[in-house]
Amino acid sequence: MKPDVMRELKETLGPGRVLDSVVDRTTYAYDATWGEALPGVVVLPQSTEDVVATLKIANRERVPVVPRGAASGLSGGAVPAVDGICLSLTRMNQILEISSDELIAVVQPGVVNMDLQEALADFGLFFPPDPASWYMATLGGNVAENAGGPRCLKYGVTKDFVLGLEVVLADGRVMRTGGRTIKNVAGYDLTSLFIGSEGTLGVVTEIIVKLLPKPAAKTTVMGVFDEIEQACDAVNRVITSGVLPLTTEIMDGDCIEAVQRQMDYGLPSDVDAVLLIDVEGWPESLERESAIVTQACQAAGAREVRRARDEGEAEQLWAGRRAISAALSNLGDKLGEDIAVPRSKIPEMVRRIRAIGKKYELPTPVFGHIGDGNLHPYLICDRTDTEMMERVRKAAGEIFAAAIELGGTLTGEHGIGLAKRDYLDKALHPLAREQMLAIKRVLDPNNILNPGKVFEETDISSPSPFD
Amino acid sequence: MNSLEALTRPINGQQVFSPELPDYDFLRHCVRCARCLPVCPTYQETALETQSPRGRLSLIKAVEDGALPFEADVEAHLYHCLDCRMCNTVCPASVPIGESILAARAAFGERLGRPWWRRLVFRHILISADRLGWAMLPVRIYQRLGLPRLIKPLLSLLPKQLSLLRRMEALLPPLSPYALHKKLSVVTPANGKRKYRVGFFLGCMMSQLFAEESRATVNVLTRAGCEVITPRGQLCCGAPQDDQGDREQLRAFARQNISLFEEIGEVDVIVSDCAACSGMLKEYVELLHDDPEFSSRARAFSDQIKDIFEWYDEIGLAVDHGDGTTPISVTIHDACHLANAQGIRAPQRKLLGRIQPVQIVEMQDPSACCGSAGIYNITHSEMADKRLQRKLENIQATGAGVVVTNGPGCLLQLRAAVQERDTNVQIKHISQLLEEVMGEES
Repeated sequence: MKPDVMRELKETLGPGRVLDSVVDRTTYAYDATWGEALPGVVVLPQSTEDVVATLKIANRERVPVVPRGAASGLSGGAVPAVDGICLSLTRMNQILEISSDELIAVVQPGVVNMDLQEALADFGLFFPPDPASWYMATLGGNVAENAGGPRCLKYGVTKDFVLGLEVVLADGRVMRTGGRTIKNVAGYDLTSLFIGSEGTLGVVTEIIVKLLPKPAAKTTVMGVFDEIEQACDAVNRVITSGVLPLTTEIMDGDCIEAVQRQMDYGLPSDVDAVLLIDVEGWPESLERESAIVTQACQAAGAREVRRARDEGEAEQLWAGRRAISAALSNLGDKLGEDIAVPRSKIPEMVRRIRAIGKKYELPTPVFGHIGDGNLHPYLICDRTDTEMMERVRKAAGEIFAAAIELGGTLTGEHGIGLAKRDYLDKALHPLAREQMLAIKRVLDPNNILNPGKVFEETDISSPSPFD
Repeated sequence: MNSLEALTRPINGQQVFSPELPDYDFLRHCVRCARCLPVCPTYQETALETQSPRGRLSLIKAVEDGALPFEADVEAHLYHCLDCRMCNTVCPASVPIGESILAARAAFGERLGRPWWRRLVFRHILISADRLGWAMLPVRIYQRLGLPRLIKPLLSLLPKQLSLLRRMEALLPPLSPYALHKKLSVVTPANGKRKYRVGFFLGCMMSQLFAEESRATVNVLTRAGCEVITPRGQLCCGAPQDDQGDREQLRAFARQNISLFEEIGEVDVIVSDCAACSGMLKEYVELLHDDPEFSSRARAFSDQIKDIFEWYDEIGLAVDHGDGTTPISVTIHDACHLANAQGIRAPQRKLLGRIQPVQIVEMQDPSACCGSAGIYNITHSEMADKRLQRKLENIQATGAGVVVTNGPGCLLQLRAAVQERDTNVQIKHISQLLEEVMGEES
C-alpha cells in the first residue's frame, strides 16, 4: 500500500477505523475457505459516509477493495486482495427499524442474522433465510452471497426477502434500489442485481428486509432408508400429498458413521440415508401433517420412521445432523462443495459423487437439502499431501461437471468466489456471461471491487479483456 | 493460476517449533467458520477480528507457520483474551481454543521471558495460601487500622495515570479475620454417621480472602455426612500461572498437589469450592500427559476432582423447611471456569431447585464473563468494566436479591461493583447461601 494512500485513509476516516499493523492484517487475511491473502490495510467503517470516503480514495488510486462481513463464507469471496483494502463492515451493526405493521426491518449490513432473529422474536416475527452460518454470518454477507438454508424449500432464499438496498457504488456515489413495498415493478430490479453479486458491483450499506409471522409450532420426523432413492421418493410423496415441509435434510451413511463414531446419537448403523423432515404450523395441523410425512416415508420403504415426541427430542435428532461438520473434521481436512441438481436427479448425483470418490480414492460423505436439490459433498483429504491435493482438485472438477450435466449448477448457496470461478463458464450461457461482464464494466470501470472473484477476467494478475 | 488451485494449494505444516506451543493439529482443525465470534466477550465489545477466538488462533497458527515472529505485539493480543472459554462451548470442530491460547502464552513466556511483576506475583506470592497470607499482611494491617476510610477519598484525587492504585484498592475485599487453612484441622468428622470421605482442595484465595465462605463449605459438607480431609501443605492449583503463561511452575504445583492427595488414602471424591481450582485440577491430566512418572497418577487425580456444585448435586443435598418460609429469589452467575471450561450448567440448577425457600430467576447469559478473569480487571480494566456493566445489567433485570456463584474472582469483582454502586443485591458463595437456609436444624 502506497504510504500516501494509507495516510489519506487515516486522515479521512479518523483514528481506530484504519488498521495497518501486520498483526491486525493477519487476522483479516482469510474467510472460511482455505484462501489466504494479506490485505494492505483493514478499514472499519461506522457509517455510509465512511464507506463513501473509502471508495472515493480507492477508486481514484485504483486500490482493490474487498468487502467483508463475518468472513464465514465458503467460496473465498471475502479473501482479501493482496495489499488491497479489506473493508470490514462488522461495526455497521445496527438494526435501524422493525415495523410489525409493514412486516419489514431496516438493517445495516453488519447485523448478524441471528441477532435480527432474536430481535424479531419479541414481535412474533422472523426472517426466513437461515443459512447454517446464521449464528455468525452478517446480513450483508447473506445478501452478497444470496444465502439459502435448510428451510428455503418452503420459503425461498435471501433474494426473496430483500425489498430494497442502499448501495455505495465503486466511485463513491450512493444509490437506493427498491423500497418498502412487497409489490414494486418500477423499472429494472436493481435490488436483485446486487443480491448475490459477491461484493463485485457495489458495497451494500443498508438493507430493507421482508418479514413473516412466526409459526406457532414445529415438529420433526426422522426416516431411515436402505437406499437413497427411497429417501428421495419419500420427499416426493410428501410434497405431492399437499404438505410443504419446512426442511428435508438428508445425510448419507458416511456422515452417519462419522457422527456415531464421535458419540451415540441413536442413529442407525449400516444405512444409506437418514432424512429429517420438519413441518411447522398450528399444533393441530402438525398432527395431520406429520402423520402424512410418516406414511410417505413408510410407503417409500423406510426401515424406520420416528416422530419426535416433543421439542427436546426434535432437538436431539437435529443434534446428530449438526454434529456432522465436527465429526468430519476429525477425519482430516475437508473441502466442502455445494452443487444443486433437479430433485429427480439426486440419486444419480449421489451415485456419481461416490464413483468420483472411489476413482480418486477420497472419502466423499454427502449431506444436503433434498427438497431444493442442494447437496454438500465433502472431499476428505490431507492438505500437506501434494499428490492428494491434486486428486482433490480433479475430483472437485468432475463433481462440478456431473452436476451441470444433470441439469444442475455449481453452487446452490455458497457463491462462486474463488472456489468455482474457473468453472463458471460451464454453468452460464455464453451470452449471459458476456452481459454480466458488461454490467461489471459499467458499475466498476476501474475493477476495484473484489477483483478476481466470480469472473476470471477481473483477476488483476492475469491478462484480461477487462483492462 | 487456476483459482481452485490457489485455494487448495498444499500447505507445509508446522515450520516453527517451540516448547509449549499448542498442537498444530488443533490449529488445523479450526475451519475458520466464525462460530466463535458472536459469543466472544472481546469481539462483542469491539467487532474486531483481532479480538476474536478465530483471530487469536490465526495469529498462533501464523507463528507456527513461520509467518509471524515471536514478538511482544503478538503476545499482547494473546493477553486480550479473558480465558472465559465461551468459544470452546460452540466450536463445531471441538478445537480446544482457550487451552491453545494459554499454551501459546506459555510458549511466548518461554521465548520472550516474563516481566518482573509476573515473576514476583506468580512465582513468589500466589503459590500457596501461606505465601499469599504473608503478602496480604500489609493489607490486613491497613484494614485493621481503619485506614481505608482515610485513604479512599485521597485515592480519588490521584491523577488518571495512577488510577490502577484506586482500582486495586476498590477490589480489595475486607479480608477475613483469619486464614482458613491455618484453622482447619486435617480431619473434620462428619456430623452423625459418615457417608462419604471427601478430600478438600482449599484454594489460596478461598483460604485467605473467603475463609468464611470455605468454612461454610466444610460445615455444609459435614452436615451432609461427609468426613472432610484437608491435607496440609497444599500449593496453589496453578490456575493463575496457567493464565499468565507459566506452565513450568504450574506443573511443579500439580506434581506436588497430586502427591499430597495420594497420601490421604481412599476418598470418594476430591472437591474444591472454587470454580477456577476445580477446573484447573481437572486439567492436570492433560498437562502431565507426557510426564512418565506422573501421567497415570495425574489421570487418577483428575478423575477424582469434582466442583462443589457437582458434589452437592450428586449427594442429593436438599433443604425443605415446609411451607410458610419466605422465598428467596436467587440468580445464578456461572463462573466461566465452571460452566464453559468444565461444562457444568445443570448441577447448580438442580441443586438450587431442591433448596426449598430458593426461587431461581435466570439472568440472560448466566455464563458470560463478569470481567474479573484472574488479573484481567487490573491489566485490562477498560474491557473488564464493559463486561462488568453488561453483567450488572443482566443481574438487575432479574430483580433477584441474591446472586450465587463459586468463583473467587467473580465474588471480588461483583461485590466491589455492588458496593460501589450501592446496589441492594447480595453476592454469595453457594455454601454461604446453603448454610444460611439450612439454619440451625441438626
